[in-house]
Amino acid sequence: MITNFYEKDKLLVFKINEEIDECSVKNIRRKADYEIERFMPREVVFDFDSVTFMDSAGIGMVIRKVQAGTNASEVKQKLQI
Amino acid sequence: MKNKITDNEVKLEFLSKSNNEAFARISVAAFVSQLDPTIEEISDIKTAVSEAVTNAIVHGYEDKMGIVTVICKIHENEVYIEISDSGKGIENVEMAKQPLFTTRPNLERSGMGFTIMESFMDELNVQSILGLGTKVTMKKKIKQTEEVEDMPVTLEEALRG
Repeated sequence: MITNFYEKDKLLVFKINEEIDECSVKNIRRKADYEIERFMPREVVFDFDSVTFMDSAGIGMVIRKVQAGTNASEVKQKLQI
Repeated sequence: MKNKITDNEVKLEFLSKSNNEAFARISVAAFVSQLDPTIEEISDIKTAVSEAVTNAIVHGYEDKMGIVTVICKIHENEVYIEISDSGKGIENVEMAKQPLFTTRPNLERSGMGFTIMESFMDELNVQSILGLGTKVTMKKKIKQTEEVEDMPVTLEEALRG
């Protein structure tokens, strides 16, 4: 996963370039949580363009991340899919 | 020329480690590829296998190590996949099949496993005995495409369209 942070827009982009399953989702989630804590972005983008496989573990991660974004709306965090 | 397909069978046994999920689905996809499926059919099968194997590893065996068995059979143009574990079993299969049902909501799971298997495959059957294990069987027909007669043969023809 490649992480890019754009300071000007406070935009954090995760480009996921691996298959997403129960096994890999743990690493993706851990890294994403860490980077979100570190940069405190206003907007987070998950780029699934290079993802060749995703199962329900990936869906679960996206749903939870969207929920986390909604809960954090007071600090103007927004999740864009 | 029509594909002549004979019956075939493969059996995989592996430890319930989550990095074997990729191995299982890729192996099944490679085996099924002899039926000349479409990319979509292959993706459906890979996702369904991944869900079933993940269930066996995460829910069947939880943190313990065990053996997950995958049997894949081909009969004419039908794929039969059986994924079994000797884990703890499912208390209520009907409830487990409900979309969004999950026993572990805190772990960022979607509860879509059986729903995905059901919708991506033609047939799904779950047998489970508490304390003994679970067996998931799935079937899917691979549509046989007739070979197109007037396919462009040379590069020039292909470029001309």
